[in-house]
Amino acid sequence: MTPEYLSTALERILPTVGKPGRYTGGELNSITKDWAGADLKVCLAFPDTYEIGTPNLGLAILYDLINKRPDLLAERAYVPWSDMETAMRAAGLPLFALESKRPVRDFDLVGLSIPYEQLYSNAVNFIDLAGLPLRAAERDPRTMPLFIVGGHSAYNPEPMADFIDAFVIGEGEDVIFGILKVLSAWKASNAPKQDLLRSLAGIWGVYVPALYRPEYNDDGTVAAVVPLDPAAPAKVLKRIVPVLPPPPTRLIVPYIATIHNRYPVEIMRGCTRGCRFCHAGMVTRPVRERRVETILNALEEGLKNTGFEEIALLSLSSSDYGDVVDLVRKVGERFAGKHLSVSLPSLRIESASVELMEALKDNKRGGFTFAPEAATERMREIINKPVSTEQLLETVRSVFERGWTHVKLYFMIGHPAETLEDVQAIADVCKRVRDEGRKYVGNKVSVTAGVSTFVPKPHTPFQWVSCDSIEQIRAKQALLKRELRGPGLKLNWNGPEETQLEAWFSRGDRRLGAVLEAAHRRGVRFDAWQEHFNYTAWLESFAECGLDPRFYTHRERLIDETFPWEHIDIAVKKSYLAEDYRWSLRGQTRIDCRQRCFACGILPKFTSLRMETPANAWECPEVRPKHMRRVAAEPVAAD
Amino acid sequence: MRFTGHLDLHRAWERTFRRARLPLAYTQGYHPQPRIQLAGALPLGFTSAAELADIWLEQDLAAEAALDALRGAAPPGLSLLGASVIDDRWPPLQVLLRSATYTVTLAGPAPDLAERVSALLAQTTLPRTRRDKAYDLRPLIESLEPASAPQVLTMQLAARDAATGRPEEVVDSLGLESAGARYHRTGLLLDSPTARLAAVTAPAGTDDRAEAQVDDPGPDV
Repeated sequence: MTPEYLSTALERILPTVGKPGRYTGGELNSITKDWAGADLKVCLAFPDTYEIGTPNLGLAILYDLINKRPDLLAERAYVPWSDMETAMRAAGLPLFALESKRPVRDFDLVGLSIPYEQLYSNAVNFIDLAGLPLRAAERDPRTMPLFIVGGHSAYNPEPMADFIDAFVIGEGEDVIFGILKVLSAWKASNAPKQDLLRSLAGIWGVYVPALYRPEYNDDGTVAAVVPLDPAAPAKVLKRIVPVLPPPPTRLIVPYIATIHNRYPVEIMRGCTRGCRFCHAGMVTRPVRERRVETILNALEEGLKNTGFEEIALLSLSSSDYGDVVDLVRKVGERFAGKHLSVSLPSLRIESASVELMEALKDNKRGGFTFAPEAATERMREIINKPVSTEQLLETVRSVFERGWTHVKLYFMIGHPAETLEDVQAIADVCKRVRDEGRKYVGNKVSVTAGVSTFVPKPHTPFQWVSCDSIEQIRAKQALLKRELRGPGLKLNWNGPEETQLEAWFSRGDRRLGAVLEAAHRRGVRFDAWQEHFNYTAWLESFAECGLDPRFYTHRERLIDETFPWEHIDIAVKKSYLAEDYRWSLRGQTRIDCRQRCFACGILPKFTSLRMETPANAWECPEVRPKHMRRVAAEPVAAD
Repeated sequence: MRFTGHLDLHRAWERTFRRARLPLAYTQGYHPQPRIQLAGALPLGFTSAAELADIWLEQDLAAEAALDALRGAAPPGLSLLGASVIDDRWPPLQVLLRSATYTVTLAGPAPDLAERVSALLAQTTLPRTRRDKAYDLRPLIESLEPASAPQVLTMQLAARDAATGRPEEVVDSLGLESAGARYHRTGLLLDSPTARLAAVTAPAGTDDRAEAQVDDPGPDV
C-alpha cells in the first residue's frame, strides 16, 4: 500500500473523525527522511492516542538519536481513537506512520514504549491494526517488523511475552543501536529467525522471551523460567547509560494540544529515597544528575527550537537534585519574565520547596502539589516516607502565607497493614491543611486529595504483599467520600476495578498472554480511559483461560517464592528487597542513601562501569580498586 | 495544519513569535494571553491563502525585520505573506471583516453545476438550520459561480459577526455532497479602516499593532 493511496484515503476519512490533527503529522521538528535512503526503518510507537504519546520523552530521545544517523530513519505511530479505528477498518487501511504515511508493517522494527500496564490491550490492538499476526512466533522478521518493547512495564515482561520479539530492560539510548546493528547484519545474511533471536539475546539489556520457558508448580506459582538456548543468559541484566547523554533539544511541536505542552528536561535519573512502594525508585538506580550548565543550555536551545510556553524540570524527586537551589536561581534569572511557566514536580514536603517554587513562579496561579502518600506516622514508617504531619502543616503554612490558595495532596490507600484509622487520618490531615489555609487566605482555600489505590509492583520491597480486595477498597473510599466533604475540600479517586487490571498484570506471568488475547477478541482497548474500560470482558477472558484473577492480586507471596520476573535483573538484589520488606514490617526506616550506602546491589553489579565514570557522575559512592577499599559498613537503620 | 483548530492556531502563532524572539505583548491579569487576534476563524479542515491577524508587540519593530524573523520560525504549513505596522487607533480586523472568498473543489463530477448555481441564486430565501439554529443562507451569499475548472466553485460569503456564511452550507444547498469537498479560503474583504476610524475613539497607545497576512495552505495529509 503506497503512501499516496493512504494519503488519498485519509483525505476522505479525516474530515469525518474527531480531532483529525492526531493523524496528519507534519509538525514542526518532525523529520521525514527519504525512505529508500535508509538501511533500516524504525517506527517508534506509543499505544495510546497522539495526545498522550507525543509528549513521551523516552520516544522523543530515541527519535532524535536515530534520525541523527544518516543510514537510519525513525517515524512515529500511535493508536487511533475508536472513531478513527472504525473508519480505518471500514476502509481497509492499516495502521500507518505519521511522517511517510507508510504502513507500520513496512518498517524493519517497531519500538513500543509501554510505561504502564493499562496499555497492554492497546499494544495488542496496535499489532492487529498493523495487519500483523498477534503472536511473535507467527511473524517473520524478514517481511515484517521486529517488535521491541521498552519502558517501565518491561521490567516484568512476561504478560506481553507472547506478542513481542524482544524487550529492552532498562535505558534505551545505547541499546537501540546494538539492536539495529544485529538486525542489519541478520537481514544481510540468510540465517534463520532463531539466529536473529540468539544474537539479540546476546546484547546487554535485551530479553528475548522465545528463548525461555516458564515452568509452574502445582499451586500455579512459577517454578523457574528456563533458558532454552545457550545464547540466553539465565538473568537479563538491565541496561544503563553510565552518564546521561545531552538532552534532545529539537522536540516535535504538535499543532494540537497534548497532555503536556512544554519543553521538558530530565535533570536527574533515579532516586535515593527508597520509598518501598515505588517501582521507579528501585528500577532506575543509580542516581545520575545532569550538570546545571547542561540543563540551562538545553533549555535555551530547546525553547529556541520549539517556542513552548512552559518548561519542565523532570526527575523523580526534584528537591534531591544536588544543585537544586543554584539551578532554580539560574532558571529564574535566565528565563523569568518571558511569560514562561516552569514546572518542577516531585518536591519534598518542606518549606525550602515553597521557596524554590516562589523563585520560579511569576504568579500564584495554579496550586502546590505534595505527595505525603500516607497520613499516619506508623504508615509512613511502613512505606519509608517518614514525613511528620507537623512538617506537612508547616510546609503548607508557608504555601498559604505566600498567597497560594490551592494545595493538592497525593495519598494512597491499600498500603500493607493499613487500617481504617490510617484512612481516616488522610481525611483528618486534609482538613487540618484546609484549616491552616483558612487562616491565611480565608475561604479561597482549596485542598484536593488525590487518593489512588496502591498496587504492589515487581522489583520493590512490596512485591510480596497482597492487594486490597475490591470490597476493602470500596469501604476505604466510602469513608473518604463521607469525610472529605464540605467547603475547600475535594477528593479524586480511581475505580477499584481499574486498579485490579493494573494489579493483575504488574505481577503477572506469561499465562496472562492468553487472557490478553481473549480480551482483545472481546474488543477490549483503551483500558486507561474510563469510557472504554470493560471490566466484565476482562473477567470473562480470565474465565475462558481457566485462570483466577485473584491469584495475581489477593495472595501473599512466600518470601522465597520464585517470581515470574525472577530472570530480570534490575541490579538491586532480591535479598535487599526482602530485607527492606522485613524492615517495613517492623516499621524501620532507611535514610536517603546519598547519606549512607545500604548496599542495594547496584555497585557490585556495575563495579567496572562505576570505576570508569567520574566520581560525581553517580550519587553512589566511588568504587576503589580492591586493595584500596575500606571494609564496607553493615547497613544500618535511620535514626 | 488544516486540521488545527482556532485555539490551537493561536498557540501555533504564539510559539512562532517565541521562536522568532519577538516581544509579543500579553494581556494583563490572572491568565495573561498573547495579544493575537485572528480576523476570522478558519473552520477545521479548510486551507487558506489569505488569513489576517492583529498582533501587538511590546516594542516598535520594523515590519520587514519582524517578517524575516517570523518566516524563519514559522511551522510547516504557515507562510507569511506580508506585515505592516498599523496605527493603534484602527479598529480591530474582527470588526472590519466584511466578507470572505472561497474556492471549493467538489468531491465528484457535477455536470449540471452551472444550472444548479443559477437555480440557487434565483431563490430569494434559503432557510436552513445549523446547530439547531434557523437562519437564511441566501443574503449571506454575495457571489457564487462555477470556476473554469470542472468541479470547482468560487464564492464570496458574508463574514460578519453573527452573519457568517459557510461554504459547505452552500454546497449542501446546491444538492451536492459537502463532506468530501475541499475548501480553500482565497481572500478576506475588509471595510475600509479609515472609514471607521472616525467612529472609534481608542486611546493613543504605545503598543504597536502589526498586521500579518498569512498563507495557510496546510500540508498534504
